[in-house]
Amino acid sequence: MDDPGMSQPKHARTLFEKVWDAHLVAPETAETPAVLYIDLHLVHEVTSPQAFSALRERGLKVRRPDRTVATMDHSIPTLPPVNGKWPFVDAQAEAQVKQLETNGRDFGVEINALGGPDQGVVHVFGPELGLTQPGTTVVCGDSHTATHGAFGALAFGIGTSEVSHVLATQCLLQRRPKTLSIRVDGKLPPGVTAKDLILAIIAKIGVGGGTGSVIEFRGAAIQALSMEQRMTVCNMAIEAGARAGMIAPDDTTFQYLAGRPRAPKGKDWDRAVEAWRKLSTDPGATFDREVVIDAPKLEPMITFGTTPGQAIPISGFIPDPAKDASQKAALERALQYMGLTPGKPIAGHPVDVVFIGSCTNGRIEDLRAAAGVFKGRKVKASRVLVVPGSRKVKEAAEAEGLDRIFLDAGAEWREPGCSMCIAMNGDKLERGQTCVSTSNRNFEGRQGAGGRTFLASPETAAAAAVTGKITDPRRVGEGQ
Amino acid sequence: MEPIRIVESRTVVLPEPNIDTDQICPARFLKVTDKKGLAAALFADWRFDSSGAPKAGFILNKPEAAGAQVLVAGDNFGCGSSREHAPWALIQGGFRAVISTTIADIFTGNSLKNGFLPIVVEPAVHQKFLAAPGAMVKIDLEAQTITVPGGSPVQFKIDAFSRYCLLNGVDELGFLLSQGDAIAAFERAR
Repeated sequence: MDDPGMSQPKHARTLFEKVWDAHLVAPETAETPAVLYIDLHLVHEVTSPQAFSALRERGLKVRRPDRTVATMDHSIPTLPPVNGKWPFVDAQAEAQVKQLETNGRDFGVEINALGGPDQGVVHVFGPELGLTQPGTTVVCGDSHTATHGAFGALAFGIGTSEVSHVLATQCLLQRRPKTLSIRVDGKLPPGVTAKDLILAIIAKIGVGGGTGSVIEFRGAAIQALSMEQRMTVCNMAIEAGARAGMIAPDDTTFQYLAGRPRAPKGKDWDRAVEAWRKLSTDPGATFDREVVIDAPKLEPMITFGTTPGQAIPISGFIPDPAKDASQKAALERALQYMGLTPGKPIAGHPVDVVFIGSCTNGRIEDLRAAAGVFKGRKVKASRVLVVPGSRKVKEAAEAEGLDRIFLDAGAEWREPGCSMCIAMNGDKLERGQTCVSTSNRNFEGRQGAGGRTFLASPETAAAAAVTGKITDPRRVGEGQ
Repeated sequence: MEPIRIVESRTVVLPEPNIDTDQICPARFLKVTDKKGLAAALFADWRFDSSGAPKAGFILNKPEAAGAQVLVAGDNFGCGSSREHAPWALIQGGFRAVISTTIADIFTGNSLKNGFLPIVVEPAVHQKFLAAPGAMVKIDLEAQTITVPGGSPVQFKIDAFSRYCLLNGVDELGFLLSQGDAIAAFERAR
């Protein structure tokens, strides 16, 4: 087990500082960045092929195949095999997946292949297997790697060049980021979810508000979240521009990890938990910046624009560009793209498609929450896609009968993958369609060229599915 | 990698804030297993309509954009996905640098590793660039200066190590590989 570390601290340190300090192979100087050791490197098919090619060109091996675990998620179909053949969107997608299998074989890297028992969206399958552990460093060629920070890991997305660096050396060159505390006081009101919380946070600090920083989410409302909810919060740290999001590990974390296949066992487990308990930010430790959020004041949130920061309470009104000089041009462009009229309530806006899934909200608790709204109702949106985040999530949902609830309502129940979050695999919006989505990005064209995305929680997405319009999930069933 | 010292070119201005890497290189172009063919992906949904025809009003389709190597973009350029395909597409589309007030962290790292210069300037300087589309600009990496339309040259910040690598045409992997003994010692000690 990795010792999270803690040599004799000279001063009170934050969670981030403890994990950072414990992974310094060489500290930074004015001339050179720090050499940071990486405990776990997750790999997927889209951002790794050119990195493996770089190793081949230089005659290099993967330094630590035991710390490198791959799966496939972005380019894969979410419809089941037909006559034993997966229905890839095109030959290029299939070739990309095959290339990952080849690279796994050539370099001795574990591949959790399409159809395999542990395959899933990279940020769902890692935690599920117990690969993600407190106090560790985790990277992946994927910006939503921030998800793993929910365990008190320092986890961040990297580019393909850096994927090759980690494959070859198990290290990265990094400048030390700043620290940002986001403290969420009080209790979330009933019907307000982790997704609503993170959308409210991004709306407050802005999509560039976390740039250059690692966020630590703290406070009573964060401590009260389950691990799956904490993953939803940390997942979207990148949507505020942050390098990473972290939450101090506690009994909730340890209970989630206990007994997972790759978690420590027996005496190793006891030693690990003892070390993990020391990771929390010390009393008196300071952050470069602090933000406080009052949880009881929050409502279910939904985005209206084309950045995740353009979010409002579901009882709110479409902002008027004329009233915000600094944002006028950007707001006008966003509203025109989204087909929205300033000043109108967002609730009631018609919805064509609903997508429930992704590394943000594709876990079993998310599917349970959505199923609670679907149960006994029929979908009114023209298309509703429910995509589990992993094979294990799919099996768990089917064991509980959630698949029957979705199918009986008229939704599609798919194989695990990223699906319509990134729309690389053929699951996509048509031009002009509106979609309430539990994913993480509402950028122009993100779910298909010309598609219009409204980000929201699984409950709000399910409420849109059964009403055919944007609906406060706390009011489903009223006046219908 | 080719050493870089000077980038001198006319600018193209995309004033929109928060231009994310999905706009720079849409996800459907990420199915490649090499780095080729991404010039066609660059701002594809802004450049082309659904039939694939160029949109006449978009700046990159106008004659004055031809040959420009420096993009001036709104605040928070390169946010979103970590895809390195974004700087690859920009480079293959002929660009060598972007100027903005803030540039996203992962995009900055990816750009520096590919010889694409992310230049952060103060808002007042940025305004001068926004107001002068097509202006000639000279970026001197060694001196860390950039000329400003209608103003005096200003200094810009860039990570010292990245600057060294760019000026000398060396890549970071070589440096990391040279740390092999320290990495092995770290692994033994834990």
